[in-house]
Amino acid sequence: MKDISELLTPHDIRYSRDHEWARLDGKTIRIGVTDYAQDQLGDIVFVEAPEGGKILKKGEECGTLESVKAVAEIYMPVSGEIIGVNTALEQSPDLVNTAPYTDGWIADVKPSDLSEMDGLMAHDAYLEMLKGIKE
Amino acid sequence: MRYLPHTEEDIAEMLQMTGASSLDDLFSSIPEACRRKTDLRLPGPLTEWELNDVMAALAQSMAVAPQYKVFLGAGSYEHHIPASVSYLLGRSEFSTSYTPYQPEISQGTLQALFEYQTFAAFLLGMDVANASLYDGASALAEALLMAARVSRLKKVAVSGLIHPLYRRVIRTYLEPAEFEIIELPFLADGRTDLSKLEGVEGLGAVAIQSPNFFGCIEDLSAVGNLTRDTQTLFITSFTEPLAYGLYKSPGSQGADISCGEGQSFGIPQSYGGPTLGMLACLKRYVRSMPGRLVGMTEDMDGKRGFVLTLATREQHIRREKATSNICTNSSLCAVTAAMYLASLGGTGIRELARLNYDKSEYLKKELRKAGFKIPFAAATFNEFVVEFPPGVETVYQSLIDRKVVAGLPLAPYYPRLPNHYLLCVTETKTKKDIDALVSQLKGWFVKRG
Amino acid sequence: MKEFAGAAGLVLNEPLLFEKGKKGRSGISLPRRDVEFSELDETLTGSGPNFPDLSEVEVVRHYTRLSTWNFGVDTGMYPLGSCTMKYNPKTNEKQAALPGFAGAHPLLPAELSQGALKVMFELERLLAEITGMDAVSLQPAAGAHGELAGMLIFHAYHKSKGSRRSKIIVPDTAHGTNPASAALCGYSPVNVKSNERGVLSAGAIAAVMDDETAGIMVTNPNTLGFFEDNIKEIAEIVHAKGGLMYADGANMNAMLGIVSMGELGIDVLHLNLHKTFSTPHGGGGPGAGPICVRKHLEPFLPAPRILEDNGKYYLSYDFPSSIGKLHAFYGNSGIIVRAYSYILSLGPELKKVSQLAVLNANYIKERLKDTLHLAYDRPCMHECVFSDKLQAPLKITTLDMVKRLIDYGFHPPTIYFPLVVHGAIMIEPTETECKEELDLFVEAFKEVVREAGEDPELLYSAPHRTKVRRLDETGAARNPRLTC
Repeated sequence: MKDISELLTPHDIRYSRDHEWARLDGKTIRIGVTDYAQDQLGDIVFVEAPEGGKILKKGEECGTLESVKAVAEIYMPVSGEIIGVNTALEQSPDLVNTAPYTDGWIADVKPSDLSEMDGLMAHDAYLEMLKGIKE
Repeated sequence: MRYLPHTEEDIAEMLQMTGASSLDDLFSSIPEACRRKTDLRLPGPLTEWELNDVMAALAQSMAVAPQYKVFLGAGSYEHHIPASVSYLLGRSEFSTSYTPYQPEISQGTLQALFEYQTFAAFLLGMDVANASLYDGASALAEALLMAARVSRLKKVAVSGLIHPLYRRVIRTYLEPAEFEIIELPFLADGRTDLSKLEGVEGLGAVAIQSPNFFGCIEDLSAVGNLTRDTQTLFITSFTEPLAYGLYKSPGSQGADISCGEGQSFGIPQSYGGPTLGMLACLKRYVRSMPGRLVGMTEDMDGKRGFVLTLATREQHIRREKATSNICTNSSLCAVTAAMYLASLGGTGIRELARLNYDKSEYLKKELRKAGFKIPFAAATFNEFVVEFPPGVETVYQSLIDRKVVAGLPLAPYYPRLPNHYLLCVTETKTKKDIDALVSQLKGWFVKRG
Repeated sequence: MKEFAGAAGLVLNEPLLFEKGKKGRSGISLPRRDVEFSELDETLTGSGPNFPDLSEVEVVRHYTRLSTWNFGVDTGMYPLGSCTMKYNPKTNEKQAALPGFAGAHPLLPAELSQGALKVMFELERLLAEITGMDAVSLQPAAGAHGELAGMLIFHAYHKSKGSRRSKIIVPDTAHGTNPASAALCGYSPVNVKSNERGVLSAGAIAAVMDDETAGIMVTNPNTLGFFEDNIKEIAEIVHAKGGLMYADGANMNAMLGIVSMGELGIDVLHLNLHKTFSTPHGGGGPGAGPICVRKHLEPFLPAPRILEDNGKYYLSYDFPSSIGKLHAFYGNSGIIVRAYSYILSLGPELKKVSQLAVLNANYIKERLKDTLHLAYDRPCMHECVFSDKLQAPLKITTLDMVKRLIDYGFHPPTIYFPLVVHGAIMIEPTETECKEELDLFVEAFKEVVREAGEDPELLYSAPHRTKVRRLDETGAARNPRLTC
């Protein structure tokens, strides 16, 4: 497991309490899981992606990540419609481990309420939360 | 007692280390109100020699070969088991080992199960097979639950010629989940009436057994054609997989899932259990499969090895969202089946299947010659239905008195088929046995006039 | 310095069956063909499976070599918590192999199967006596199958009372099969935490028990190795709201002759014949999971039941309230014969079995508690739970330690279960291990912990002496290769 100092926490995104991230890009919000989440889970062997076209609320389960010995649910950090899914994860689930914020993105969401981004944590608050867990 | 190695000295030393004053004192943390009020009232203990006598006497009362000629199939089949297979199962590294969760010290079991999975998949013409379920009945129940998960539909069509006891088990498993079960009737030729499938909407699965309970070979391709490219999954079931050494595999006829009973492959009948639940399916459904799966991989030195894999489907990880609650399965029976199939070989399984077919056809022919009616025209494998004249019950009983069990009466399962009996002939019956059966039947009916 | 069992053995390589053989070889004696070839419908026949042809010698060598790669109870100690890997008596195998039992067809008329029916009838009564319950069905083929039967009985009972219940209480120490079995019956599990003593408190149950809850699934002793001492009070709370008590009997090895489950307020209980009653694990199965109920639930038991009339035994399906059928026939009769033989061989000495099982576990607990962190420093039943807390500063995990234990000739204990203890190491020696073996086990673990401090690499790359080293489980799951 990584030390807190080794964890990546980019500044240009927002974080949920369940270790998902959300990045606003024009009118679309791209979502994924954080470096902490992938580090905790270990080698990802399978990603059950959210279904395209589905409309989900913030906090609803939208997919799962599987490692050899564990399963973790992915929860929507914001509400909206799933308009895109990272199909590269079908062949290469390990992208979630190696590039959780870039090539390992999970889905694109058409948000129903952009103000929900303000409810998510910025970099500093997320780092504080991680410190609290690690203790 | 030879299984309890502790001497009085051992016990005293160990009690001292634990701080307990006596064996009884070890349980002092259990509240008095929870302690048993009476001592165990049990017979014994018996010495090994007394046990031998007791069990031998009980076993003697059973009607088995060679004293009895039993022409019964119906989900449990008498086949010769090679001495080599029984011998290999005596290697206690296979029987006394635990589930292979520590793969480094379980490669024997893991490779044996991987080979079994391959045998099963090849035999049934499917992509993958699991490492066993309890028996053919629970395998069919699990297959239906799996099809419901994949299709997200809870309406299923089930052939009325699936083994009656399997159909009971299906109802028990599916009852709490509120499935709609449509039972398909049968035709005059002894096969399932598929016309009832026409126009049915929202069907999650169709399940057909072949050879079916009457021993008849079903038109699996017809069902495969109906379900191809639809949301409906095609499940085939079997109780006698040796048939696939002769007949077309389920996979070659469009099956999505093929499941059933593997007891014929070197596993003793044992009054119904333990036996072998087999389940195989197409690759695309693998993550919905119940049961354990063994996969090939490499170790840190690059050497080939085997591990249990895709474990996130299972109860110990997924808990209430698992594909099944199964934990302990029928692993040793799967290894037995693999040993048997390895001994039989590709050439041998064709020869043995053909021999079963020919012996069964011989009985059919001789019964016809003797004037008995064979009501169902469809092709069969090693069992078939005979319709006897009224009064057959006394003939059946007289044959039992002569140590011959002339098949299974069907009336308890199909009330509209009185005097119909299911007879099975495997490679264990000689021409002499078959001739004797026919002549005895003939003789008794003649006597009755 | 003691000599440990782990050494270097004569272990040979062996390819897959599908990489061996030659067309035309045979490993079987085909019975004589004494009938003519009959006509075949060619439109139905297939080409047969692509199996290899092997000689008997090839098959025997293959499996003999494979067996040498396996660790079994006959090889060495298996201190697996909640698995009860006790010795599997060989006389049991002999009885099950008697032709009268092994060669019997399940659909023989009752008059021709009296022996098998009597064994089953008697075993039901013996198990009822041992557990303090009233009626038994031997039909379930495994513990989880028994749990399913239990949940179906809960469902049928509540339905008969006109009550719709959708939830069931499951402690945080429960085995994964518990919530999985409950889910199969449409129950949503309600998770309840154990208290600081590692047991359930009556208050915690009272807080969640209501009339939408079918009941509770407890394991007693629980998977931490502790007797659930509030169980009678919990039973009253659950019963007061019309619920039922289910007990997972996997840990029965601590209770034989000591506690009667029926007297605790348990309504339904399953047993594992392949644990408590010495039948072999078979590399993962087969086992048997009989289910025992109190009188008021007897009508719901799976059918058929075995009845007796004037010394004659027979099967009957005439039970209108039965939950139905779970197994094609009557359960795993061959396993039942083994368990029956075991119980006859021990008789009332079964109580000694539990006493010695608990003695062995407490002995190990005392001897290892300075080496490993003991999760709860209290007397335990037949198993005890440690964790890797003391080794964490060294960056050594439970997994690393147990993989190294293999090199010393022991099968690892149960790891990472129960979930409530982080890095759990659950040790159940069973009563069939002698003191010298337990001492060797303790010494070996101490050695491993010493190595953890001095040469951790030995642990990270363990095991070293096995046929294969640590395997790539990630690769196996990412790209499954499940057939040749």
